[in-house]
Amino acid sequence: MSVGLEHFLVLSALLFGVGLFMALSKRNIIGILMGIELMFNAVNLTLVSFARFLEGAERLSGQVFVVFSITVAAAEAAVALALAVAIYRRRQTVDVDRINLLRW
Amino acid sequence: MEDVGSVVAFWLLGALTLGAALATALVRDLVRAVVALVLSFLGVAGLFVLLSADFLGVAQVLIYAGAIAVLIVFAIVLTPRAARDNAETAMRLPALALAGALVGLVMAVALATDWGEGARQGFADTAAAIGEALLSRYVLPFEVASVLLLAAMLGAIVLVRED
Repeated sequence: MSVGLEHFLVLSALLFGVGLFMALSKRNIIGILMGIELMFNAVNLTLVSFARFLEGAERLSGQVFVVFSITVAAAEAAVALALAVAIYRRRQTVDVDRINLLRW
Repeated sequence: MEDVGSVVAFWLLGALTLGAALATALVRDLVRAVVALVLSFLGVAGLFVLLSADFLGVAQVLIYAGAIAVLIVFAIVLTPRAARDNAETAMRLPALALAGALVGLVMAVALATDWGEGARQGFADTAAAIGEALLSRYVLPFEVASVLLLAAMLGAIVLVRED
């Protein structure tokens, strides 16, 4: 019995699915952000497992890409949580059902 | 990865990661959801180490399990009168169907494709090689990422400033 690329891909897919469900269905804006972070993690895991298992001259590129992905995720989290706090200051809620200023 | 240690580590870390992610989605209280999320981040860090990405494992613990978790906790305590529950909207079932369909599609592709896996061993030392790559081949994205971080930091400060 051994562990191959498919195992990691399936695990990443399941993790991405949980994150997508949270991002689409949570009422609290912070829950949505947690789902997005889970999706980031799943994609990073996919990149690292491709870098580990596939042949190629530039194999380490997958890991370098994950470094950038983590950087962008940190920036995204900072701005998104600042937005959540700013919305709360103005509207006293972080419920996305009640943040509907842009609804036509 | 044929040796027993790797196989056991994969199943344990995979179960930890996925179980903690499910707990994040299902637990009722938002603060407990953050704790489960940190557990999931740590499981992913363990999987990175298993995939011989030791530098990324350390970065994952520092940035995700450290910085981003603290940011989320700060956001929760800075919104005190908002609801702390982790409930779903009315879009729960469509979201579940869409996520399930996507997972099924990706899993089918991942299992049906012949990836031509190499029998190569893992990397010996990734931190030095990543550093070399960042400062030679990927130096332009590296500089752009630093500008992005500066812009995000200034943006976050401006957004939450009280005036």
